[in-house]
Amino acid sequence: MIEREVTIRSDAGIHARPAMMLVKEAMKYPCEVFLIKDRVEANGKSIMSVLALAITKGSRLIVRAVGDEEDLAVSSIVHLIEKEF
Amino acid sequence: MKKKKLLIQDLLGKTGNIDLQMHLVSGDRGLNKEITGSEMNRPGLTLAGFFDFFAYDRIQIFGLGETAFLNQLDPEKKRELYERFFSYSVLCCIFTHNEPPDELLVKYASDHAVPILVTKHSTTKFISLATHIIEEVFAPAVSLHGTLVEVYGIGVLLIGKSGVGKSECALELVERNHRLVADDIVEVRKIDESLLMGSGSEIIRHHLEIRGLGIINVKDLYGIGAVRNRKRIELVVLLEEWDSSKYYDRLGIDEKRYTILDLEVPFLTVPVRPGRNIPIIIETAALNQRLKKMGVYSAQDLDARIQEWIRTQEQCND
Repeated sequence: MIEREVTIRSDAGIHARPAMMLVKEAMKYPCEVFLIKDRVEANGKSIMSVLALAITKGSRLIVRAVGDEEDLAVSSIVHLIEKEF
Repeated sequence: MKKKKLLIQDLLGKTGNIDLQMHLVSGDRGLNKEITGSEMNRPGLTLAGFFDFFAYDRIQIFGLGETAFLNQLDPEKKRELYERFFSYSVLCCIFTHNEPPDELLVKYASDHAVPILVTKHSTTKFISLATHIIEEVFAPAVSLHGTLVEVYGIGVLLIGKSGVGKSECALELVERNHRLVADDIVEVRKIDESLLMGSGSEIIRHHLEIRGLGIINVKDLYGIGAVRNRKRIELVVLLEEWDSSKYYDRLGIDEKRYTILDLEVPFLTVPVRPGRNIPIIIETAALNQRLKKMGVYSAQDLDARIQEWIRTQEQCND
């Protein structure tokens, strides 16, 4: 299991389109991906799950991956969040 | 698991199906104080002057007895009592039977930011309703990945890996006049020792994500009759891709259990493969669960009949 924490800096937060980008990135890897906000865990491969987290500007998010290619998954998702949102 | 906060204010507004019929008299500055437990205190002994073990951090219930006692005190004694009573950081005082609190108490409470509330309910009724509301908030909760549907009145939780077809199955069930409770994230609360209540996350309530279609609003598409906000979980069904090396239950004589928050729920594993009509299997599983609740076990009954038949055959042969 690998995890890293990131802070969301985008004003818009993670609404439908950014959530889709996140899920798309997570789907590339065979491992399980979780996004955790305020101890609430969401499935990183499910768009509804990510949307339900209601991630806003300033939210601290833990990206966790468990399984094959977990280190790659975490680093690419964290990179995406840092770059895009 | 996450813990929820409950403020005194939350008891005043909408509290689900239960109306506490309560209004605020004074001490509105204290409304954002947190309620930490469902125990309540009747301060009879305290008012009589015995301040040992005074559970000031609980909700204080003033019933007819307490109010009558306060009314017969002379003003000097009353002042003395309130001085001492409010020197503790009292959580809040609730007067039942719509009995108005006396002016002096209202003044002290307002000075100390202790909310004073009056309810129309009787003491016993109020305590039972409020306990129910508070315990529901503090009930152990967990958030699960799955889809919750109501099928023939039975709450069925579908679990399984992403993409196995939980949402599609839910859509087909809605189409067949069953109801969607929650998709993807199911918040489960253990309300008492035998009841697991499932509900959806408020922000995405009654939406489904269907691959190829995107996000759809089931309530708008199928109407209010196709959804509900919460439902007791009575059956858990794991959908998984057909694995030919695995043995699937063929008899259904032994009941399997799935554990959520230390409570056991009847559990089935249903293998999925193209051409298998999963919604019909779920419907039948729900009906079968209803039969079992009424004490009818199809597999066991059939087994009993076969054993009986074998016995009679043996007797004929003898």
